[in-house]
Amino acid sequence: MAQVLVVTSGKGGVGKTTSTAALGAALAHDGEKVVVIDFDVGLRNLDLVMGAERRVVFDLINVIHGVAKLHQALIRDKRLENLCLLPASQTRDKDALTEEGVAAVIAELRTKFDWIICDSPAGIERGATLAMRHADAAIIVTNPEVSSVRDSDRIIGLLDSKTAKAERGERVEKHLLITRYHSSRAARGEMLSIDDVLEILSTPLLGIIPESEEVLRASNIGSPVTLCNALSAPARAYFDAARRLKGDKVPMIVPSDNRGIFNKLFGRKAA
Amino acid sequence: MSLFNLFRRGTAPIARERLQILLAHERVARSQPDLLGILREEILAVISRHVAFEPDKVQIKMDRGKSVSTLEVDIEIPNGVTLTLAKAS
Repeated sequence: MAQVLVVTSGKGGVGKTTSTAALGAALAHDGEKVVVIDFDVGLRNLDLVMGAERRVVFDLINVIHGVAKLHQALIRDKRLENLCLLPASQTRDKDALTEEGVAAVIAELRTKFDWIICDSPAGIERGATLAMRHADAAIIVTNPEVSSVRDSDRIIGLLDSKTAKAERGERVEKHLLITRYHSSRAARGEMLSIDDVLEILSTPLLGIIPESEEVLRASNIGSPVTLCNALSAPARAYFDAARRLKGDKVPMIVPSDNRGIFNKLFGRKAA
Repeated sequence: MSLFNLFRRGTAPIARERLQILLAHERVARSQPDLLGILREEILAVISRHVAFEPDKVQIKMDRGKSVSTLEVDIEIPNGVTLTLAKAS
């Protein structure tokens, strides 16, 4: 049974696209059939982060308008054959995404993949609400910082009211993914701690991704961080999060940013 | 200011407190319009079974006070037609 996930946040720049690529690649690496969809019409970037920007021929809007068949628009990853990308269009037309069109594409993808991961645009407008529309579960990406936490709270409200599941009286399963976390700064009281964020948003934690130069390095070369350097701290945290999505019980490790013996000892476990 | 900086223990607790207060307010504000919408619909359904009135001449307002909140329902009923009982169908 296919799972439709939306990766969302409200606020921009918190790591939705990075997380979509990293989790999609991690799930595919573990043998799952995965498609990642870019919903950011007009400002697509998932293709770039995945390193497929030169292979885009058709896109989501072309499929919705019947210009291309779904299989023509899907781009197969060169590293993992069971990972596909459905890119967004660069059109400026905001109404290019239609409710029925998105429903039809998601329904068709459900027959072909185990995981359908929708990368939401920032904001709470049409693109964002359509990205979450058919989700079975949501990953709310949050930075431990006031504006991001506030916007996440708003998005949680939308997930509980504007999704197809919510309208049927069901609940969209929600997972919190805290990104760009500095454990040392949180320990010094300079940054909201994991417990602070969890208490405020009262949403179950999917993972903690540490702030890391590896994330920028990965996007520079066009590779999900989980494929670029699978042993790096953020990659290990994403692999753990992907296994939790599959229902595995993986102990939550608060990633340390001290490069000491502790890091090595605890780091091993997560690999 | 310098004294404050000297004893500063980190700003995260301030962030946490500000968020808790702000979100408590925003969550109430979010749930309010829905509650009012539902109340409006159901109150009007009950009244329209007995009295004829124009739906856009109805005002429903909620005031949240510290100890007591009030729900104000203001329905303008035209003279003459006022209390004609609508026929039960």
